[in-house]
Amino acid sequence: MNYDIAIIGGGNAALCAAITAAEKGARVIILEAAPKPYRGGNSRHTRNFRCMHSGPLGPLVDSYSEAEYLDDLLKVTDGRTDIGLARLAIRTSEECLPWMQERGVRFQPSLSGTLSLARTNAFFLGGGKGLVNAYYRTAEKLGVTVCYDAPVTHLELDDDRIVFLDYTHEGETRRLSPNAVIVASGGFQADTDWLARAWGPAAKNFLIRGTPYNRGVVLADLLEQGIEQVGDPTQCHAVAIDGRAPKFDGGIVTRLDCVPFSIVVNKHAERFYDEGEDVWPKRYAIWGRLVAAQPDQVGYVIIDGKSLNLFMPSVFPPIKADTLEGLAVEMGLPPDRLRATVDQFNAACGDTAAFHPSELDGVTTTGLEPPKTNWARPIVEPPFYGYSLRTGVTFTYLGLKVDETAQCSIGNRPVGNLWAAGETMAGSILGQGYLAGFGMTIGTVFGRIAGREAADYAN
Amino acid sequence: MQTDLLQEARRQAEICNACRYCEGYCSVFPALHAHRAFTDGDMTQLANLCHNCRGCYHACQYTAPHEFDLNLPQALANVRHDSWEAFAFPTGAARAFQKNGLMIALATVIGFALLLWAARAIGSMGGEDFYAVLSHNAMVAIFVPAFLFPLASVAVSLRRYWRETQAGDLRLPDIVAAFGSAARMRNLSGGHGDGCNFEDEDRFTHARRIAHQAVMYGFLLCFASTTSGTVLHYAFDMPAPYGLLSLPKLLGIPGGVLLTFGCVWLLDLKRRADPALGATGARSGEIAFTALLGFVGFSGLALYAVGQTGMMPALLVIHLGAVLAFFLLTPFTKMAHGFYRLTALTADAARIRRSKAAS
Ligand SMILES: Cc1cc2nc3c(=O)[nH]c(=O)nc-3n(C[C@H](O)[C@H](O)[C@H](O)COP(=O)(O)OP(=O)(O)OC[C@H]3O[C@@H](n4cnc5c(N)ncnc54)[C@H](O)[C@@H]3O)c2cc1C
Ligand code: SF4
Ligand code: SF4
Repeated sequence: MNYDIAIIGGGNAALCAAITAAEKGARVIILEAAPKPYRGGNSRHTRNFRCMHSGPLGPLVDSYSEAEYLDDLLKVTDGRTDIGLARLAIRTSEECLPWMQERGVRFQPSLSGTLSLARTNAFFLGGGKGLVNAYYRTAEKLGVTVCYDAPVTHLELDDDRIVFLDYTHEGETRRLSPNAVIVASGGFQADTDWLARAWGPAAKNFLIRGTPYNRGVVLADLLEQGIEQVGDPTQCHAVAIDGRAPKFDGGIVTRLDCVPFSIVVNKHAERFYDEGEDVWPKRYAIWGRLVAAQPDQVGYVIIDGKSLNLFMPSVFPPIKADTLEGLAVEMGLPPDRLRATVDQFNAACGDTAAFHPSELDGVTTTGLEPPKTNWARPIVEPPFYGYSLRTGVTFTYLGLKVDETAQCSIGNRPVGNLWAAGETMAGSILGQGYLAGFGMTIGTVFGRIAGREAADYAN
Repeated sequence: MQTDLLQEARRQAEICNACRYCEGYCSVFPALHAHRAFTDGDMTQLANLCHNCRGCYHACQYTAPHEFDLNLPQALANVRHDSWEAFAFPTGAARAFQKNGLMIALATVIGFALLLWAARAIGSMGGEDFYAVLSHNAMVAIFVPAFLFPLASVAVSLRRYWRETQAGDLRLPDIVAAFGSAARMRNLSGGHGDGCNFEDEDRFTHARRIAHQAVMYGFLLCFASTTSGTVLHYAFDMPAPYGLLSLPKLLGIPGGVLLTFGCVWLLDLKRRADPALGATGARSGEIAFTALLGFVGFSGLALYAVGQTGMMPALLVIHLGAVLAFFLLTPFTKMAHGFYRLTALTADAARIRRSKAAS
């Protein structure tokens, strides 16, 4: 069988591209590196997508304007944003929601514990795997061929065209020569050697929150052949997660929301940053980097009995002890030093009457370095609880540079039959920082654009 | 109850509680997320709120081969079945039948035999038609206890359930709410109106919901038909047989058709469904029970059809034998789930009422 379009990857961006192209009559094949139970890459771990809307839309309340959306984005990227592409993604997001519904995606009201996102983010019923399942059903109904266990190893570039691609399947290397190729194979975060080349050996201690299949093989292959790149390999979205999480695919349940009610120490039982700087959703992303900078890339969160029920439960139960020293022993921390750090912290706490767990309450320490500027309550009530923290990488930003038609380029010319969508080109829009739900927006918007453009080209 | 089953379900519930992605599928998740730690009673209640639609399995990013090995439909089904066994009265009876298709078949045959014997021994005491086979008084003598015993047994079980789950006070509005969601099978819509994932991996269909509605309403119609017959007999002195346009037949014929057709459909769905997502080892018991229920409907219809012919006596004995087995097995087979489910929905309505009042 000859295919018009080969799509590399099997996550949200790949599926949006496949469905769009197949609806335009193209013969499409999806080459997914993962076996069927693990299909869908990082997309299977997602829960929502951020969507502009001028009035109530699907599960979304009120409105969320282009200007406000862009403003939210610029705040987190420190201005390192391609405004043109960002506006395109934001503006198109509104028509995506009904498009998704028509193709089987179902939404639910904002999950308990995430009310702050009810206006801006539409939550998938059953999460991202539910979305991915619906898209595979839709794609297969449209006649898209899906090949699992089929990692692509090489794209052959001849001047400004991809002439063939190689992939392995059932133990042998196979070759396809489609008219057009769409790359939707995510970032390279699962290749910890590559991370280590960029970050130094510390990266070997990072945990990867999502799929082990996003190893950047196609990305590296294309960059080596001179395809235009964007971003640098040290930029990634990383958060602090439970240190006991699995190396890969731990997903959402490994997140810890207790930092604002805690003190966080390193393996020498020393504090290193203001735990109460801001509400947790606004801070959890910086803690990935903070922990990465500590010895052995590990941190320890300490809370006491009164704080245990103030945050969402997480997947592993906390380590528990009746005394601080006992907790230190269980966690492998020096007990006398932990005692000293906690005593010093407790002494710096003041009046806690204004304590309010869900708002910046200004309950701060005085004369402590680093300070804790909100929710600073002495850690005194047994039992004491602890969690270890490690850096969990969500995705990397280094990627393929694309234009507003999602097309890749070499030098200053477009590559005639090569498009890219999703995480693998997200760096074209986001230079740094991340806005919750924007990854799925980029994948949906640019997946659809790539599918449309490739189908027009192939027909 | 079995602690290993409870513990496995608890392990999975704790993962779900940190995830919450399935919140919109059914009433299990909002109830689950209301807890931080799960007692045995909490797990029992959650298990009885689950109707095994499998939506949360196919949507789960943590199913095997992932090391978290989530399979919530099965974990809850195991606790659910175990709870029915543990609360059954007399204890032990459910263990014999619940998961054992052979025992159900055996009980049915014994039902036939008993009726045959009764027909022979006390048989035609000069009655007409049906009562020529088995006198009305004999039928009453057999079926009144066969009907009252299961009711009493189920009542004891539900009381045990209510205690174990610490469901609190029992209030009428909660019961009304429970009947409301059961009547519409609200939860079987899948939370999005597309239905269940039952018979074809992650495809959503309404098949199971419709088939189950057919069985439930078919059963209720048949039940109403029998009741109306009894009322006609005693209050109006109008004994069977009844004409085509009489109340018993107007209720009984559509009821029998729905019941038979629904059971056949459910059996087909069950045949196609993946047993690894249901309670371990429960398949034969469920299939035998559904077959028995369908047979009750079918033999009842056949009885209408053969009417006054020579086949009637034999068929009557078979039909009544099946009905007898069905009644007596009600507390110890899948049939019990309806009672538990209503109780669980009532307890959940109470939980929602209390949490609303608290906030
Ligand atoms: C735990 C977690 C939660 C998240 N939550 C959200 C959220 O709620 N909202 C949001 O917007 N974003 C979220 N994100 C980010 C989001 O997952 C990504 O932005 C988005 O899924 C990217 O989609 P994609 O299709 O580009 O990549 P992916 O979904 O990762 O798909 C890449 C695909 O390429 C395949 N592949 C890789 N290499 C090859 C190869 N050589 N050959 C063939 N196939 C290959 C992979 O197997 C995979 O199927 C989350 C990420 C994680 C890890
Ligand atoms: S079943 Fe899986 S996806 Fe659903 S809530 Fe539980 S852990 Fe999350
Ligand atoms: S199987 Fe269906 S009813 Fe049971 S918990 Fe999962 S989604 Fe709810």
